Amino acid sequence: MLSLQFIPYSQIASMSSQKRIAKILKLVKDENIVLLEGTLNKDEETELIKKTMEEIKGKFRGIEICTIESENDKNAFFDKFKKMLYTYILREKKGFTVIGPASIVKEIKRDPNKIQLLTKDVKRRNK
Amino acid sequence: MINMFKKFLNKFFNGLFKKKKNIKLGLYGPPNGGKTTLANRICQDWLGEDMGSVSNVAHETREIQVKEQISIKSKGKELSFNLVDTPGIATRIDYEDFLKSGLKVTEAKKRAKEATKGVIDSIKWLDDMDVVIIVLDSTKDPYSQVNITIVGNLEARKIPVLIVGNKIDLKKANIKKLQEAFPQYDIVGISAKFGNHMDEFYDLLFKITK
Repeated sequence: MLSLQFIPYSQIASMSSQKRIAKILKLVKDENIVLLEGTLNKDEETELIKKTMEEIKGKFRGIEICTIESENDKNAFFDKFKKMLYTYILREKKGFTVIGPASIVKEIKRDPNKIQLLTKDVKRRNK
Repeated sequence: MINMFKKFLNKFFNGLFKKKKNIKLGLYGPPNGGKTTLANRICQDWLGEDMGSVSNVAHETREIQVKEQISIKSKGKELSFNLVDTPGIATRIDYEDFLKSGLKVTEAKKRAKEATKGVIDSIKWLDDMDVVIIVLDSTKDPYSQVNITIVGNLEARKIPVLIVGNKIDLKKANIKKLQEAFPQYDIVGISAKFGNHMDEFYDLLFKITK
């Protein structure tokens, strides 16, 4: 059975980066697919990969992760303004992130505005 | 944040006290993109020797390798750098994947363990890089999260980046897709294996390191 765990942004907003990463990694190691409202910043994403590598052992073989950020506006000035605003206030709440354990999630494909999550079970069923 | 501050201080004091230093040029990317093949190509072109071993099995490079004092010349200009070849960055490492490539269980487990350490080292070394070449397999989907995370991380650190779409000798190569995925970056399609478009690559290397 697949378990999908939703984390609203409000639940991680006040956490330090370390705690955010630890929370996500714990849920994923417990074989949940995490749907996070918002995105981690790039340092946090890199740290998540590093921590994942440190914890690979036994059944845990790593993660699959995919972030989607909406960037449709082509107006240069507005883009710049929006980027500043997101950087300082809203950035991490924009978009969403899917993270799953590699033991369950075979691959996450981005199209780039669509996500396809291929699970290992689905693949077996198709064979 | 602390790392960025440390890097800023390092750059500031290096600028004050050292007139000229060799830049650290890092080769980054996912496994099997051809980082070591490109490192070997650069070393062969300018030093006449190889840098590391290459293989079709992923995570062949599991330790950071550094080749010091490479000087390249083009159109009257000279560029000296220390070339840093890094293990491929991945979010998953499953020893069973290595079994499919014909490795024995003990060998595969050992390789997986070394590969996880390699990824950690690659990430740690990011802070020390002055310029980074991201080596991607141009036959593969460029929108993978590892690619996006590496590019985003370097952008946040304000480290100059050149994206290389490798393996253009293969039929499935699609440089246009790479350009669509990373429109704000200099991108060059090469075949590190056969040395195609290396002049264009060196020209862009001069451009981003100036």
